[in-house]
Amino acid sequence: MTKTRVPAVEGWFTMDPDDPRLLASRGLETGSYFFPKNLAFSRNPAAPAEELEEVTLSRRGRVWSWTTNHYEPPAPYVAPAVFVPYTVLAVELPEEQMVVLGPLAPGADPASLSVGTEVELVLGTLYEDDDHEYVVWQWQVVGGEAQ
Amino acid sequence: MTREIAVLGVGMHPWGKWGRNFVEYGVVAAREALADAGVDWRDVQLVCGADTMRNGYPGYVAGATFAQALGWQGAQVSSSYAACASGATALSAARAQILAGLCDVALVVGADTTPKGFLAPNAGERGDDPDWLRFRLLGATNPTYFGLYARRRIEMYGATPADFARVKVKNARHGFSNPYARYRKEVTEEEVAASPLVSDPLRLLEICATSDGAAALIVSSLDYAKSRGIVDPVRISAVSTVTPSYPNTLIDMPSFSTDSAYGVAPPERGFRDSIAHAAYEQAGLGPDDLDLAEVYDLSTALELDWYENIGLCKPGEAERLLNDGDTTIGGRVPVNPSGGLGSFGEAVPAQAIAQVCEVAWHLRGAAGERQVEGARVGLTVNQGLFGHGSCVILRK
Repeated sequence: MTKTRVPAVEGWFTMDPDDPRLLASRGLETGSYFFPKNLAFSRNPAAPAEELEEVTLSRRGRVWSWTTNHYEPPAPYVAPAVFVPYTVLAVELPEEQMVVLGPLAPGADPASLSVGTEVELVLGTLYEDDDHEYVVWQWQVVGGEAQ
Repeated sequence: MTREIAVLGVGMHPWGKWGRNFVEYGVVAAREALADAGVDWRDVQLVCGADTMRNGYPGYVAGATFAQALGWQGAQVSSSYAACASGATALSAARAQILAGLCDVALVVGADTTPKGFLAPNAGERGDDPDWLRFRLLGATNPTYFGLYARRRIEMYGATPADFARVKVKNARHGFSNPYARYRKEVTEEEVAASPLVSDPLRLLEICATSDGAAALIVSSLDYAKSRGIVDPVRISAVSTVTPSYPNTLIDMPSFSTDSAYGVAPPERGFRDSIAHAAYEQAGLGPDDLDLAEVYDLSTALELDWYENIGLCKPGEAERLLNDGDTTIGGRVPVNPSGGLGSFGEAVPAQAIAQVCEVAWHLRGAAGERQVEGARVGLTVNQGLFGHGSCVILRK
């Protein structure tokens, strides 16, 4: 039986498997981006009344930094039965001029990373239950696709 | 002009994993500070408590909790929560009332009892709380952020894991003789390197533990100090509790992203730089005036970041400062003579107050074996989640 793929958090990214994007809001006056998306108010103090629209963020960015965690985090992290170290990336989006966190897609060797390594957004499994596969955004090294 | 208040008394409960109620620790620290000041509790006019979020309702109303524990006597009360910066925010409340002439003498106190292991978010399904979501979606513990900063130093400045380990070696040596420190044991670079990786490149001995502990201050107007015959007290010249300026371009706990700098120039100073800068402006002093500093070494590498953020050196020069011995007791400007968080572990609401206690002891010449000789000016710096700055400048 195929499990239903659902986002692990609603409204943070598109579920398009070929061209997934993070969902953000953008001020119509200032062009400022906000992630995660917030359409209720602008946090740019220069334009407190500006309207906001939903936009998608650039799919590609460059590594700002990264770290590999070797200890199992506490709940609400849903750890697999056997804990495996995982890598968290901070990625700079040149167009949006912001840094966004995300996990490194499985299969890549963190030792191959350096500041400036180009990565792109993909979808991956965060955890599963009997009926669902909960999906999260991940960063994958460009030209180094996971097998 | 500089407006100052006096530090009449300081007190702490030793840091550790004692497993008792946080109120007990707070009472010990408060009574020690009162005795140190020679002030009767019943004469204190204002109690400023730093809150703890992990001990139920009494922790959310810490000011009243401690006032009750010490015995109701009708003092005014305030309770502050600003995560790691709570102690500075409580001190800021006391200072504001004293400088406004609303009260003469105040107690500032913070205490915590912490669970073992990673600090975790509050329980429940809270899908709109970034502090909950960062654990759920990314497994982004606090050390995850410390690891990102540490790796960045390696990549940008050529820092090495050995540099980071030497911060631990220094702080362990500093804290060795501190009766309030939890870990009083010298540590070698080899022991650091042999400890397990937590958030690469940081190892277990490089990340601060969570501790129980308490710290308290008795602060007053300069006139009140004079009326008690204290003509040359340790003075607080500045308390900075600034928030970031938009856009905040450094990724911070518990956020998923920085602000966007699209179409808007980043501020002249980044958030961390601005915390100490605001304090220097208030005090009319600068980094060259410092004789010592207590900085928030949540990780070894983060201590090096702070050297630059408080202006001890330019970006990228912190490793040289460390390796030249400038920040060791006996050096040009000792950093974390207390032993820092590396020797204490973190008792969140007590920590910023403990930093002030340590500097006060040095300015009085009462820091024992770890005394920074001739200290006249000291700075404490710290940062709380969601954009709470914390910096205090003391002088004698």
